[in-house]
Amino acid sequence: MVTIRAEALTVSLGDQPVLHGIDAQFEPGGMIGVIGPNGAGKSTLARALLGLAPTQSGSVTIDGVPVASMARGALARQVAYLPQGQTLHWPLSVERLVGLGRLPHLAPFSRLAPADAAAIERAMAKTDVTAFRTRAATELSGGERARVMLARALAVEAPALIADEPLAALDPGHQIEVMELLAAEARAGALIVVILHDLTMAARHCDRLLLLDRGRIAADGPPAAVLDERRLAEVYGIRAAIDLSGSKPLIVPLSRKP
Amino acid sequence: MTSSSARTWLLLGLALLTAAAAVGSLLLGSAPIALGRLAAVAAGHGDRIAKVILIDLRLPRMLLGLLVGAILGLSGAALQGYLRNPLAEPAVLGVSNGAGLGAVVALYFGLADLHPLMLPVLAIVGALASLGALHLLAGRSESPLTLVLAGIALASLATAGIALALNLSPNPFAAMEIMTWLLGSLDDRSFHHVWIALPCVLIGGALLLADGRALDALSLGEEGASTLGVNLKRVRLRLLLGTAIGVGGAVAVSGAIGFVGLIVPHLVRPFTDRSPSAVLLPSALGGAALLTLADIGVRVIPTTSELKLGVVTAFLGVPVFLTYLLKERRLW
Repeated sequence: MVTIRAEALTVSLGDQPVLHGIDAQFEPGGMIGVIGPNGAGKSTLARALLGLAPTQSGSVTIDGVPVASMARGALARQVAYLPQGQTLHWPLSVERLVGLGRLPHLAPFSRLAPADAAAIERAMAKTDVTAFRTRAATELSGGERARVMLARALAVEAPALIADEPLAALDPGHQIEVMELLAAEARAGALIVVILHDLTMAARHCDRLLLLDRGRIAADGPPAAVLDERRLAEVYGIRAAIDLSGSKPLIVPLSRKP
Repeated sequence: MTSSSARTWLLLGLALLTAAAAVGSLLLGSAPIALGRLAAVAAGHGDRIAKVILIDLRLPRMLLGLLVGAILGLSGAALQGYLRNPLAEPAVLGVSNGAGLGAVVALYFGLADLHPLMLPVLAIVGALASLGALHLLAGRSESPLTLVLAGIALASLATAGIALALNLSPNPFAAMEIMTWLLGSLDDRSFHHVWIALPCVLIGGALLLADGRALDALSLGEEGASTLGVNLKRVRLRLLLGTAIGVGGAVAVSGAIGFVGLIVPHLVRPFTDRSPSAVLLPSALGGAALLTLADIGVRVIPTTSELKLGVVTAFLGVPVFLTYLLKERRLW
């Protein structure tokens, strides 16, 4: 189990400030959704948590250790990452691609151990991609490929997973499947941070939501506390029908704010 | 068949092919030598003529063919993996010409006569300079075409530098000599050249073989590889040094032989799981076999003056290059 902490985190890309003094603690045990409009800094936050974005000031720590001081290998064993629209540059088979997730665990010049093979099987079974294990991952449909990429990230079996828009390109059935899968991982003790656009999905499956607006945290708390009409109007500029009363919350954007 | 046994068979087959090419390279040529005479020389009691032909003339040529071919094939495979670009190889990216310019400077300014190490060292410096410039021009881009265009620009620049050196050459015969040398050949080489190439190829080869796993991770792009624990800065440094030292050393003894690094990875890739690491060692073996076979070809093809090896590999390689360039929309 790990805890990731951002303190007064400020990140600029080029000379464009993207995140302004973010303070947030990410703890395991429940799924944490990061929501916000395009350009709010969601992906940059994810990249900063992984030590991929240069921090202007402030810090990111994993269990108290600054990410900037960690070796890439050690960090890779702690936090797995599923980037948005992951591209694959060679036509690897599904099995081989998922196996890349074991790289952080391999000693130099050693082969995949039986434990690694088992982790690969588990990840493929969870994401329902075992059936096309021998096919080239580049020849799959968008939805199949998205699940294979998720399997790759799960195969790391890191205590933390940051997934950037894992639902893009998935049909509704597989969207629900992926969210349930991630929620189950979170319940099993993993720290799951997931960037989402679909507010209904976020409200239904996340235990906590972090709403970003122009590089700042606009709200942080349980979905019911974060998603209200006034805030959606302010941050997204939309009117929405919000029903958080039952066990199946529903948020339907209706129109742009006049 | 499991993938590891398929790999064993591939490596075994390529090793046999390379060995056959090596033996062929000793036996065939303007004066064919029968296997029996080769065996006699190997056993230490052959006739003098056979000894001179085999040990002084053909053995260094055969060894250079293997060494140069291996490093060209390997560096092509490593560059393709690192740049995620099936068109990458030392000559296409201008590295061979950069090394050629370094070598020409060494030859033209007489530096090569000052110390025998000057030739390979300047070739390596030339290769490093062109790789550095390539990195500045196109290092941030993930587009294969940007990289190839930058490589072509650098290759043209290095060629212009070579032409300038030839223009300034006080001795027209020296210019002619450099010109011929640049076309790439293993003709008339001695053990002196083997001792130049061998350490460069071994060091460069070791550096290039070290990062197969990082190259696999790079299938997911630079950030994907970083989050799989790859230290990109170190990988880049090893790869640039390995390519420069290996290709620089090879160019210093054989001139700029292009396209081996392009063709060979494409030939062996279908027999692997297509991951960059799986292509490295087979490309080294395949490159050694291909260049040695091409070198046998230039010797046995009856032409008035011997064909240049670089000319033959260009004729083999350009169609492959164009095929892949035209298939650009679906690259691999």
